[in-house]
Amino acid sequence: MEKFTSHTGRAVPLRRSNVDTDQIIPAHWLKKVTRNGFEGGLFEAWRKDDAFVLNRPERQGATVLIAGPEFGTGSSREHAVWALQNYGFRAVISSRFADIFRGNSLKNGLLTVILPQETVERLWALVEADPQAEVTVDLEAREVRAEGVNAPFELDENVRWRLLNGLDDISITLQQESDIAAYEASRPAFKPTTTPVG
Amino acid sequence: MGRTLAEKVWDDHVVRRAEGEPDLLFIDLHLLHEVTSPQAFDGLRLAGRKVRRTDLTIATEDHNTPTLDIDKPIADPVSRVQLETLRANCAEFGVRLHSLGDVEQGVVHVVGPQLGLTQPGTTVVCGDSHTSTHGAFGALAFGIGTSQVEHVLATQTLPMDRPRTMAITVEGELPEGVTAKDLILAVIAKIGTGGGQGYVLEYRGSAIRALSMEARMTVCNMSIEAGARAGMIAPDETTFAYLEGRDHAPEGADWDAAVAYWKTLATDEDAVFDAEVFIDAAQLSPFVTWGTNPGQGAPLGANVPDPASFEDAQERIAAENALTYMGLTAGTPLREVKVDAVFVGSCTNGRIEDLRAAAAVVEGRRIADGVRMLVVPGSVRVALQAIEEGLDKVFTAAGAEWRHAGCSMCLGMNPDQLAPGERCASTSNRNFEGRQGKGGRTHLVSPQVAAATAVLGHLASPADLSDAQQLVEA
Repeated sequence: MEKFTSHTGRAVPLRRSNVDTDQIIPAHWLKKVTRNGFEGGLFEAWRKDDAFVLNRPERQGATVLIAGPEFGTGSSREHAVWALQNYGFRAVISSRFADIFRGNSLKNGLLTVILPQETVERLWALVEADPQAEVTVDLEAREVRAEGVNAPFELDENVRWRLLNGLDDISITLQQESDIAAYEASRPAFKPTTTPVG
Repeated sequence: MGRTLAEKVWDDHVVRRAEGEPDLLFIDLHLLHEVTSPQAFDGLRLAGRKVRRTDLTIATEDHNTPTLDIDKPIADPVSRVQLETLRANCAEFGVRLHSLGDVEQGVVHVVGPQLGLTQPGTTVVCGDSHTSTHGAFGALAFGIGTSQVEHVLATQTLPMDRPRTMAITVEGELPEGVTAKDLILAVIAKIGTGGGQGYVLEYRGSAIRALSMEARMTVCNMSIEAGARAGMIAPDETTFAYLEGRDHAPEGADWDAAVAYWKTLATDEDAVFDAEVFIDAAQLSPFVTWGTNPGQGAPLGANVPDPASFEDAQERIAAENALTYMGLTAGTPLREVKVDAVFVGSCTNGRIEDLRAAAAVVEGRRIADGVRMLVVPGSVRVALQAIEEGLDKVFTAAGAEWRHAGCSMCLGMNPDQLAPGERCASTSNRNFEGRQGKGGRTHLVSPQVAAATAVLGHLASPADLSDAQQLVEA
């Protein structure tokens, strides 16, 4: 996983609530078997409208998405995270994220930051008034900074440590292999198993 | 203090617990399908890792598979590559796969329970958010992303933060014609699409205990639509009766030991939930969605709501956007909303009981002119059972299309899609914009409402059919 320490960039205000993962990346894109090449499918239906905020010339090159509440609801597709990253986003700010999307984002180094809705509103107003305004998402200091905004955010300390160091979950878990083996040895005989191959 | 069902299952699966770290949970059953697994297998190959427990892993093809001409090569080359990738990965890593054409093929959440692999007190994961379905058996079952799929393949565990618990207590008797689907749509409308975030839901109360296993699966399936990763129901005699004799259910002394354990799982009387919601079953009625998220629903007898009636600004904007997308006008009675298509199927309502319910409504009737009705069994086993009961003939005689098993029009990854602007009454789980095809409009309904809607051509319940002219002369 890519490390995340601090990131500063211009932002896209997405004034919509309940942005589901079908909107972030429609199902027909999910037939791909890679983790890249999803940028063209990001918000595909909405991008057909020239007035959609992502299409505005002043938003090109922006790297921080500021979204409405309940961002990432619906399907477990990690492709939604890859699409945001492939497009160039490094962080998403919202007052509420769906659980599976949030977990997926933090496992891929896309920092999802929870801020109160009133702070989200202030950030929206700021970046709508000045598209060049920069927003800093600082994981070391655990705060979001922009002109007139200095907002601390919470993040689980273990998740933060993994992100700051770009650590791979599987490698960490495999260090506990003896614990896994001990657990396996204690499982009851009645637990189900699938039919072996061959 | 006593513990809840979710806490008991959780505690029994902790491999390692350490201060300041998530619990490391053992996973009893890992279900795979073609869409969310290819990148995970690639990750294993890159790192030179194996599948740790092929005996706790099983795969099926469902999201992409066609429901017509399944004996021919898959027409869409991209879909074909994805299915071929799953076949190659399962062969390489030694995972049991039920491919298109196999008698055990079908929607992953229909296949697991019917094989008897989904059992009380187990942990079940799958790279699909509707894994919550399996909670109907008292399993702790939740959807995961592809990174987690790779993690489970490599380690058979997942690091997870302990969730909070929420009781959804439904007391009383469901009125005639009111189903598990209506119940869960009403729950979602009540607590909202984010109401269950961070919680495991436990459905309890006399109305839940009275439900069949199929109906319990419908309820638990849509927990994710309320934001909860998992929903559970305590195992009881209904659960045991469903499981006994299934292919992978325990036998003999193992069965007795398993049942003895399963009986210990119910929430203790003195256990405390972090949140509680109460619903009076008698107050429920057939429920339909009018908007573009599953929380935007109302009783069938209601009107399309006026966005101005929502106090919350975000909800008001969401309702305005939804009505625009759905092409609906505030104040229109929902019963007057005409449809172009009806879809019966999916992991929510694609089981035998659902097909029986829909067939009973259309039997001896014709679906309305200009309405296309697609019936897609959740699995090959469900299809075979339906054929044995003659349900396929009932549907085709009414003018519906009888298809092969798969996810189909629930998410339109295969050719079964709505055209732009088409309106569909669907027994599936998501009414998101474009979910069933670009520009398609979805109303979530029960199988009974779907069937009555097909006959009348507008949103309706079977009770509306009594005076209908569509009865075919005998």
